[in-house]
Amino acid sequence: MTEETAAIEIRDLSFAYDDIQILCNVRLDIWRGDSICIVGPNGGGKTTLIKLILGLLSPDRGTIRIFGRSPEAERQRIGYVPQYAKYDPQFPISVLDVVMMGRLAGTLRNRYSPEDRDRAMAALGQTGLTDLAARPFASISGGQRQRTLIARALASGGDILILDEPTANIDHESEVQFLDLLKGLNERMTILMVTHEVGFASSFFKRIACVNRQVVIHPTSRLTGQLIQEMYGGDLQMIRHDHRCSEEGHRHD
Amino acid sequence: MIEFLAALTDPSLPFFRYAVLTGIFASIPFGVIGTYVVVRRISYIAGAISHCILGGVGAGLYLQNALGISWFGPLHGAIVVALLASLILAMVSMHAKQREDSVIGALWSVGMAAGLLFIARTPGYSDPMSYLFGNILLITQTDFYLVLALDVLVIGIIGFFYNTFLAICFDEEYAQLRGIRTHWLYLLLLCLVAMTIVLLVRIVGIVMVIALLTLPAAIAGNFARNILQMMVLSTIFCILFVVLGLGTSYSLDLPSGPVIILFAAAAYLLALLGLKGYHIIAGRH
Repeated sequence: MTEETAAIEIRDLSFAYDDIQILCNVRLDIWRGDSICIVGPNGGGKTTLIKLILGLLSPDRGTIRIFGRSPEAERQRIGYVPQYAKYDPQFPISVLDVVMMGRLAGTLRNRYSPEDRDRAMAALGQTGLTDLAARPFASISGGQRQRTLIARALASGGDILILDEPTANIDHESEVQFLDLLKGLNERMTILMVTHEVGFASSFFKRIACVNRQVVIHPTSRLTGQLIQEMYGGDLQMIRHDHRCSEEGHRHD
Repeated sequence: MIEFLAALTDPSLPFFRYAVLTGIFASIPFGVIGTYVVVRRISYIAGAISHCILGGVGAGLYLQNALGISWFGPLHGAIVVALLASLILAMVSMHAKQREDSVIGALWSVGMAAGLLFIARTPGYSDPMSYLFGNILLITQTDFYLVLALDVLVIGIIGFFYNTFLAICFDEEYAQLRGIRTHWLYLLLLCLVAMTIVLLVRIVGIVMVIALLTLPAAIAGNFARNILQMMVLSTIFCILFVVLGLGTSYSLDLPSGPVIILFAAAAYLLALLGLKGYHIIAGRH
């Protein structure tokens, strides 16, 4: 490839919660401008992998490098979109105030400047939420909340965007819009997204990472058509959680 | 009400004026800190800190009366123990989240047990009842000034850290990603909760302080669009409950703490029923 450092470089990564091994000897390279979809069974380690990349968890063994440095040092370059379902629906906060959090920095006071506000409004514009800026976060729909969280990640202006199951609970129409949004963002950002829907994944992402204790990468070009049929027995929307990525089944590089 | 006003202006009843004034100024930390306790959902943590305080009060009384250490009283004991409890709870939340509820329960009762034992061994008669249930009519001028100092402390710190605390309460993980040292700031927030509880225990007591910390904020949460509005509204509600409660308890010769709490609880219930009714009517259109 090039001499550039990878956006994310993972070597020999292992992680266990207490005695349960979640990830084992993971090796993963994600290049600048890459778009990777992370799939795998529940409990297979998808969210753990993301939290390790974000530096919210520390690996038991191995290394993670974000643009050649530690996750703690570089994590402000990562825009993170968590699952919206984890938020308290009664929290009194406006859509704009949620997006403003993307402008937080490591300072103690965190007073927002007019520029912070402009950046937040611009991010709301990008996600088509300008009219909702003053609305309570609790009063908007699930799809709109998801886009609010994407706007928050965009307001922080990073180079990597990581999304955790953003399409759960949103309807098909919003999903198409969402895909267009991601396509636009991928021109300047590296995108990683956890999802359950492989059909959705193959239409946009360049590569697919199957996470189940180990991580195996497939180019989506090989995953389309015949191979998906073989893997999932038809054009299924949901991934079968009983398949194994690594040992048998499908080929990979 | 007339009796209440007469009592307020009666020069021979200074304690009553202090009670009302202290109640009004104490409503600021109740409203502001109560808002954080409600939105961050840490009322059980506040409960544990509050009950631990009896341990500190007991130790203070014991040191003062049994060992003759005159400079260390119940208030000092309460402050030390409340801050210690905050530190333990913040560390548990950091390192052993899955054990949090057991630790909360343990602190809650160990504090009470230690306090009662200290009081039992303290010579002379000290009644734990006034600590458990409070007595605003025993408020002194010093208490009033301490509450004023707490107002300044709470408004100053919250004013400075407003955005940071908002981020920690709404989404701690994200705040951490943005480089905020969430653990230290959560500890600071718990310490503020602790200091608020220590001073406000004088008014409604260890057992009932949680109600006055959470009920006004919970009512305000139904109407507020952001947490600043929620703080202002809950402070106003709190003033209302304290003044109504004090007036009523004075007229009917009842203990003030329980009357204040029942006013707050009745208002909470009315707010919930009112909102439910509003939604049903609005839903028909």
